[in-house]
Amino acid sequence: MAFLALAAGLTFYALGQQTSYFYMPADLLARAAVAGERIRLGGLVQKGSIERSEGTHVRFVVEDSENEVPVVYDGILPDLFREEQGVVIEGVVGADGIFVADTVLAKHDETYMPREVADRLKQEGLWQEE
Amino acid sequence: MSVELGHFALVLALALALVQAIVPLVGARIGSSSLMRVGEPVTITGFALVSVAFAALVLAYLQSDFSVVNVWENSHSAKPLLFKITGTWGNHEGSMLLWVLILAFFGALVAAFGQNLPPTLKANVLAVQGLIASAFLLFILFTSNPFMRLEPAPIEGQDLNPILQDIGLAVHPPLLYLGYVGFSVSFSFAVAALIDGRMDAAWARWVRPWTLAAWAFLTGGIAMGSYWAYYELGWGGFWFWDPVENASLMPWLAGTALLHSAIVMEKRSALKIWTVLLAILTFSLSLLGTFLVRSGVLTSVHSFATDPARGVFILAILVFFIGGALTLFAVRAASLAPGGLFHPISREGALVLNNLFLTTATATVLIGTLYPLLIEAISDNKISVGAPFFNLTFIPLFLPLLVAVPFGPLLAWKRGDLAGAFQRLQFAFWAAGATAIAGYFLIDRASAVAALGLGLGIWLIVGALTDLALKSGLGKVGVAVALRRLTGLPLSIFGTCLGHAGLGLSVLGIVSVTALQAEHILTMQPGQSTEISGYTVQFQNLRPFTGQNYTEEQAQFAAGTVRGGSLGEIVSSKRLYTARGMPTTEAGIKTIGLSQLYISIGDQTPSGLVVRIWWKPFVTLIWIGALVMMAGGFISLMDRRLRVGAPARRKAAALAGEAKS
Repeated sequence: MAFLALAAGLTFYALGQQTSYFYMPADLLARAAVAGERIRLGGLVQKGSIERSEGTHVRFVVEDSENEVPVVYDGILPDLFREEQGVVIEGVVGADGIFVADTVLAKHDETYMPREVADRLKQEGLWQEE
Repeated sequence: MSVELGHFALVLALALALVQAIVPLVGARIGSSSLMRVGEPVTITGFALVSVAFAALVLAYLQSDFSVVNVWENSHSAKPLLFKITGTWGNHEGSMLLWVLILAFFGALVAAFGQNLPPTLKANVLAVQGLIASAFLLFILFTSNPFMRLEPAPIEGQDLNPILQDIGLAVHPPLLYLGYVGFSVSFSFAVAALIDGRMDAAWARWVRPWTLAAWAFLTGGIAMGSYWAYYELGWGGFWFWDPVENASLMPWLAGTALLHSAIVMEKRSALKIWTVLLAILTFSLSLLGTFLVRSGVLTSVHSFATDPARGVFILAILVFFIGGALTLFAVRAASLAPGGLFHPISREGALVLNNLFLTTATATVLIGTLYPLLIEAISDNKISVGAPFFNLTFIPLFLPLLVAVPFGPLLAWKRGDLAGAFQRLQFAFWAAGATAIAGYFLIDRASAVAALGLGLGIWLIVGALTDLALKSGLGKVGVAVALRRLTGLPLSIFGTCLGHAGLGLSVLGIVSVTALQAEHILTMQPGQSTEISGYTVQFQNLRPFTGQNYTEEQAQFAAGTVRGGSLGEIVSSKRLYTARGMPTTEAGIKTIGLSQLYISIGDQTPSGLVVRIWWKPFVTLIWIGALVMMAGGFISLMDRRLRVGAPARRKAAALAGEAKS
């Protein structure tokens, strides 16, 4: 019994600590993410915003109809990472408002879009049926 | 024509499955042996019909018959032959057909090889199998028909998702489904026993081989899926705690628990009610997995096109079978008399502990997988539960179990001697301790936790071998005698040893690659080289290459050791599948001993090509360990004592002998 209680306690603790909320750029207007809090951000990659600097550093902007968030990332971008395409990034927002991403997820194929992003784009009327 | 034939065969199979679900069940209720006997031919014919349907679909793919919607959506005339065949199940409709084919196959196996089953049990088992088959055939015919035609027929198909154009598709789904669906037999046995209100040790003897086979297939299926994702997705990870991976891990954990509790039931007649419950839960988790993957409520690499009608249909199937079986369980479980008593410190006790840990671990995975859905349903917030959650819950729950594994086989039934078992495990303990200490001091970057993890792997492996050594009397008798005794041991003992040692190998691989891997991300110009963990990688050039249905930019690297030895070439590429215009990354992998150098390339930038290089020490042990576990399952399955009905046959022969004399 003690063991089960321990397991349950651990599970609830972990659920409280280790889940990350999903945001769109507009959500960050309404509620500034606490600096250092780990979040997932979904949106479209702004046209013309991809900027490669020295080595493997990349800067780009994730936007929706209301807001845009500058992002820095160091690493290899996924195959289907493109301008004006849906993307989900994970990481933390720094004190300067720049999103430091440690993970960048793009669509897996032409018919796949992260569902959270697709749902929100549909709500906002930005969704384009292919 | 053959497509319509396949469609028709599938409809006939549905009709037969309904007969199979009802007639033997009625026969068993009213005690009519002629009605009960209907089950066998109907089940076997049903399997033949589903095979015809499946063959028709494969043929349509082979002929690139784009008048069939399913083929048009997922195939292309330029696709290599192997992928034309495997593409049959590389989509929602085809994979459901494979699911039902395997279900029908297992039903036919029970019908054909279960001669020694009591007639009512067999009739009930076949009826439950028929019920499951009916539900899924209805699902296919009404929401996911692979035989739909397209008019006019397009000239060219849309091609298969390039990620699936890999040998992995030939191996992973069939193995995984053999495991998933194999548990349906354990489920049917459990429900049949509940309908009968009767079960004994013989029941466990029949259930165990099916569970063992399903478990071994599932182990192999998960391992192959993991390796496939590792090399194909180009991220170099072997497990992502993706909901769909969790969906296959849950039945595996529950199935592992079932495997062990069935031993207690067979040998000691204890844990009956629990074993029945586990058999129900294991297949329920398989169904849940099917629902999660096929309904599209969760997104992942596995979600093909989503359709809400399908989700609702599978949910209905899920509710019907899980709810029905659990209701039956609630009503009937009390009638199953509990069996043998045992002391907490005993083989039974150890197996109960195993079950407790495994089911709790299953529960944490279940919660982590479903929690985001729950939160979304009640609050509109979208959250994700990822690796950090599982690392914090699953791993602490699993570690004590791993420590306890070697003790189990060394404890006696009914009342064991923990101190004695520990004494016999002394060698394993010192070997593990020495590994941990050596690891901590000799390997750079090894943290204390990593060193202990390596020790744990050795503990499992040496602990498993200790059991063999003790049972053969090694050390007490001469080597020759011990060897002779060893070969005389029942195969199931070797199965246990391989199962536990394989687990140890996987643990070694996971710990080593998680704690000790090295990673470099850099931009490289042709001719430039870099060093990683004692190896050198030199980027030579980038050259175009054209394959059968793709074009690619191949980056060639020369690998070598720091001392100047050459290890040959590694080719990593960015590939573009022309039919879909879809790019993929093909990782370049060089296996060195049990370790691997893993290279994937990114974009061309002004400062050179973006290159990501990993050194993955002992990474292959993760999958080798799983294959050893799988081998353990099959070796155990070959054990004479486990062969279904072997004792009954002997008894029958004895009776025949008496009758003659």
